[in-house]
Parts: sequence; structure tokens; C-alpha cells
Amino acid sequence: MFKVLERIFKDKLATEKISLSGSERYRGPIEGTAKSDVLGHCAKACPVAAFSVNGDEYAIDYKKCLFCGRCVEACAQKALADGTEAGLQHKHEDAMPYLIEAGQEVVADVLKEKLGRSLHVRHLDAGSCNACDFEMGATGNPYYDLSRYGVHFVASPRHADLLMVTGVVTRNLEQALKMSYEAMPEPRLVLACGACAAGGETYGDTYAIVGAADQVVPVDLYVPGCPPRPSAMIVALLAAADMLKDKMK
Amino acid sequence: MMTTITPEAILMAAEKYYANGAHPLTAMFGRDETATGVGYVIYCYFEYPENKDMDGFKVVFNPNGSLEYDSITHVVPAAAWYEREIKDMFGLVPKGHPDLRPLVLHETYPESFYPLRKNVKVNAKVRGERQFKVRTAKGEGLFEVPVGPIHAGIIEPGHFRFSQAGEAMLQLDAKLFFTHRGIEKAVEGKTPYEALPIVERICGACSIANTWSFCQAAEKIANVKVPRRAEIIRTLLMELERITNHVGDLGNIPAGVGFNPAISLGGRLKEKMLRLCEAVAGNRFLRGVIIPGGVAMDITEALAERIHEVVDDVADGVEDLSIMFAEQENFQNRVQTTGIIRNQTAIDLAMVGVGARASGYAHDSRSDFSYGVYDELNFKPFTKTMGDVAARLLVRIGELSASFEMVDTLLDMLGTCQDAPLTGERNYQEGAAWGISESARGSNFQYLALDKYGLIDRLFVRSASYPNWPALTVAVQGDIIPDFPLINKSFELCYACIDR
Repeated sequence: MFKVLERIFKDKLATEKISLSGSERYRGPIEGTAKSDVLGHCAKACPVAAFSVNGDEYAIDYKKCLFCGRCVEACAQKALADGTEAGLQHKHEDAMPYLIEAGQEVVADVLKEKLGRSLHVRHLDAGSCNACDFEMGATGNPYYDLSRYGVHFVASPRHADLLMVTGVVTRNLEQALKMSYEAMPEPRLVLACGACAAGGETYGDTYAIVGAADQVVPVDLYVPGCPPRPSAMIVALLAAADMLKDKMK
Repeated sequence: MMTTITPEAILMAAEKYYANGAHPLTAMFGRDETATGVGYVIYCYFEYPENKDMDGFKVVFNPNGSLEYDSITHVVPAAAWYEREIKDMFGLVPKGHPDLRPLVLHETYPESFYPLRKNVKVNAKVRGERQFKVRTAKGEGLFEVPVGPIHAGIIEPGHFRFSQAGEAMLQLDAKLFFTHRGIEKAVEGKTPYEALPIVERICGACSIANTWSFCQAAEKIANVKVPRRAEIIRTLLMELERITNHVGDLGNIPAGVGFNPAISLGGRLKEKMLRLCEAVAGNRFLRGVIIPGGVAMDITEALAERIHEVVDDVADGVEDLSIMFAEQENFQNRVQTTGIIRNQTAIDLAMVGVGARASGYAHDSRSDFSYGVYDELNFKPFTKTMGDVAARLLVRIGELSASFEMVDTLLDMLGTCQDAPLTGERNYQEGAAWGISESARGSNFQYLALDKYGLIDRLFVRSASYPNWPALTVAVQGDIIPDFPLINKSFELCYACIDR
């Protein structure tokens, strides 16, 4: 008993403001420029075909991106061979969620830590590797304390405003995903969390895979990352809470 | 060397190699070698810890002949799941198997669809129907409780059917493999380096264990000498992954009984470890460091210092947690004598990891095999004998203190070993090899075969949870249903890496 009390008094408040910046090695979105031949190498190195090139321009589909860093690495190798400077690097911060409606203004509001929302979330693992699920669990730890924003995980889709889907949808779980979505009351939102649910390319196309979550149910928000960090998930959930408010009007 | 036998000889061979449990069955899996004129093949690997090696046999089937063989499950009980999986994937039928229901492929797949045969395309979208009957106990006053595949909390999907006599669980049948993604087929035809992002994503919690086993196998085939500094870094990463997972479990097991201060402290400690992992690897799950031949990133001096700092802090927290557990009598009431696995059951099921060691079965790949720099760390498996939830908790605490010490030693070793570069030359050729590593959950075995172009012909992944899952259904018998979450958490079995 004494140890419990001692620890409760000793441990200071751990809860932090949500910060999107990561460590020095954290592999976030790609920035920088490179010549078209170098970009060709980068696109070839991408395991999920998220890197597309058009002349000296490139675009990355962050829904699919695994943030594995192979494009940046390919760029660095080519630069080393040519004796030039490497053009591409990672930003060390979370990639922003993709929103179907409402746009980025919602996210800007979210970062101001507006209170007074409420959102009930039902998690659904549609075929994930469990990294997203562990990070989702981490949103409740003392550092992130998701419930301070009025966001709660609930036990049944019947109690949920939002379905948070992780993993690429497998054949064995397609029905469970459909049924969970249908069991939710209106208005309802679906969030595809992580590269598998959002992009569906992580493992390629196999006999056991249906695809990204939006192949099966309509998706309103996408959170990039493999897995997205808890901070990115929280930003997306708060944006969802605001979207829900709009839907209720 | 693997002995080749005919299907008729399988029972005798199994008895000989198994030697009444002296050599546990590590893995049993199929492979389609019809392209090279061999036929369908079943591989059986047994562990020989006394030689720090494996041995076994392969059974060759003529694809135009009979595809049946005598089930070895009644000699080697651990073979039960493997035989079912081989039937699902290759259509080789074990005669006399006690439970021939499908395992991996659920109701939407047609009968006689064998996805790992080479004549099936990787993206074959064949639809059909098959039966998958969940088992229940029948009798007066008995009732069923169905749970899942979608659970109330943030957990992976699986369907549990409890047959209840009042509060007591009489029988549990688990329908798993919901997250089956066809990973073993997805990597076929890729180079090991191309397949790596997929292998890293078999399971979130064991990315180091999975990539390490995979890379070991690839390196054996390619005759790579992994630089010593890279071996030290790999061993260090493995222990960081173990600490992260074990600490997470110490915070998660109390969640099975609502012991909130412990959940909170465990959550803090795990977050500290995850942030450390991000600083080391650029990813909170240590993805992107281990590559075939060595490692992609170095541990700088500044990072080494950070590791020291965080691990010391976490070690303090674990000590406090263990005191909190010991002091809390009502917590002890819940965990002691709950969910018992007897020693003989652990041996029969060829259990691995914490589950095995808590039942007095000293199975640990770190000492049973020789890889990384574990040989130099003077490591001994930590065991308990009670086999209950309390024992599994204590084993984790014991292993954590061993890991904390190891991290210190490994950081010292890093300081005195400035090898460069961090990867060895790779020269892939045709061949096959296995790799093994001890994840936080137990031994993680992989078998890799490359064709003459150096492309993957077969990858078989047997994670630690695979042999331990059947044990869970034994452990719960006779306990009351409110204890199920607690028992389940004490095993901390993974779905993603058994489902693949």
C-alpha cells in the first residue's frame, strides 16, 4: 500500500500538450527537391508505390506511405554516386490527417486545444499488425490522456460516433467491418488509421486481402503513418469531433 | 542435414526425432517444390539445444499420388495446428487428426483452395463457402458465451466461445486467424531486401524479432559475415524491444483486475521506452534498423547515453511496480493459482517464452541457440514453477532485471568495438535456411528458401504465439469467466503474427 501512495505522490503530472514534432531520426513527411533522374530512383525504391514523379516534381501518397525511408535513402545513394548533395529528407514531425470535408482549418483549431467536444470511438482491427492498436492504446496513457478532450473508446459500435479502423481489410474480417459500420447510429464517421487502413498497399494485393478500409465502408478521415504516433491520432480524433458537430447541425 | 522420407515413414521418423519430448517440435510446414520436380514437401524441424542446432526431416509427396499421411499429433501433440495449417495451405491431409476443421481460411474461401500452391496466383480472389464449426460442450444447465471477433477494448480480433457451467469455464474454443493477410505468399518472388518492409510488419510488437530471424536465414544463404558491431546493436535492439513489451505487460496485466495505479505507472514506463525506440530507430516500433547483412543505423555515443538514462529510470519504475504487486493482497488473490499450465502441458505443447518458463520449462532461444552476442552475455533462462498468472508476472520481472543488466553490458561492448561498415557483403544464391530469435513472447522461427535468381520461393513464419495459443484454452479450464481477461493478458498472445 505504501509504495502505491509513494509513487502517486512522487510522480508528477505527465500529461503534455500535444506536440507533432518527433525525435531527430523520426521519419515524417518528405521535403526537398531533386532532379528527375534521381526521383526516378526514389520512386523505384518505394515498396508501396506511393512515390510518383512528373519531371522534376514529385508527389507522395501519404495514405499509402510506410515512412520506411527508402526513397530518402535511394536519393542519398544516388547523390553519393554523383558527388552531389542529397536533395530529399524527412521532416521530423507527424504527417497531417487527410479530411474528406471541413479541410485543414479544423486541424488548425484543434491544435489550439479547444475543449468542449465529445466523441465516442469504436476501434476495429480489420487486419492490422497491432502497431496501430498499441499506439491507439497509448493515447490513453498519462502522457497523452486522450479522455481530457472528451474522447472515449466504447465497447460497442452501437454507442459509437466514430469507427476507427486499423489494418488492411482481410477476407476473414470484411463481414465484421461491414456489420460494425451498419450497427452504428447516424451521424457516423469512419477514420482509417495508418498506412494499411488508409492506403491498403502495405502487403500488396493477396488472396487474403480486400484492400483499404474505403473499399468496404465510406471513410471520412485518413491518418497517415506506419504506425501513426499517438499525437497524430489525437489530432485526427479531435478534428473528427468537430466534423461530427457540423454533421449534427 | 534434413533426412528425406516417404509419407509412410512419417510416424516412425516423428517418434525418433521427438524422443518423447526431449527435442521439441519447433515447426512443421509445407512447401510446393513441384517446379523443381520434387513434389509437395512437409518439413519438420526439431530443436536440439544440446547442439545449439535443429534437425529434422522432410516428407515428399508425389503431386499425382496420394496426398494423405498419418497424423503425428497423437505422438507430438504440438503438431496439431501445423497439420491443420498445412491442410489449408497445401491440401495435404493428416489421417487420424483429432480436429480437421480449417484453421487459417474462414467461411468465404471455397473448399479445395490451397493458396500456397504455386499454381495459385498471389491475388487470386476466389470466393466460395466452407464450414467452420465452433466447438461447444453440451449438457443440462450449460450455456455458451460468444465473444468477438470484435472485442470491447482495443484488442486484436479473435472469436472465443466459452462453454459455461455457471461462472466456471468448462471449455474454450478459439477461432483465430482473422487477420490472415497472406504474407507468406505476398513475399514470394521478391528479394529479401524488397520483402523486408513486409516482414517488419508481420507484427507490431515483435518487429526486431521477426526481422532478425528473417535476416539470419537470408544471411546464412548468402554467406554473409555480419560485422561484430552490427551484432551487438542487434542484440541491444532485441533487449530494448523485450523491455518495451514486458514493461507494457506489467502495466496491462493489472488492467485485467482494474488495479489503476499500476496501469498508470506501466503506461508511463512503456511510453518512455517507445520514445527511446523512436530516438534510436526513427520509429517507435524499431522499424528500419535491421537489414540483411547488418544494421542500417548506428548507435551514436549520445544515443548510448540516452539509452543508459532511460533504461535506468525504467528499471526504478519496474522495481516499484514489483513492490506494488507484492504489497497488494487483493491483487495477489486474483493472480495466484489462476490460469495454471502444468509443466507437462508446457512440454507437450512445445510452449515457448514466458508461458513456458513460468511453468518450469526452461526454453529460451537466447541460450538454446547461438546468435547475436548472447553467448558472451552469460545468460541463463529465468524460470518459475507455479505456472499461474502470478508466475508469468514474476518471470517478466525477473527477465526485465536480466535485460537491464544486458543493456549495460552491451553498451560497454559497443564502446570498445568501433567496426565499420555496419553491413556485410551479400551474395544471394539458391538455398534454404532457418533463423531464430527470442522475442518478448518467446522463440520466433523463420524458414526462408531462395530460388536460383535469389528471389524468395518460400517463407514460413512461426512466431512465439503460435505454440502458446493452444495452451490458453487449457489454462482457463475450471477458472471463472471474469478471470479470462487476466489470464489472457498474462500470456499476451499476439494475433497478427500467428495469422500472418
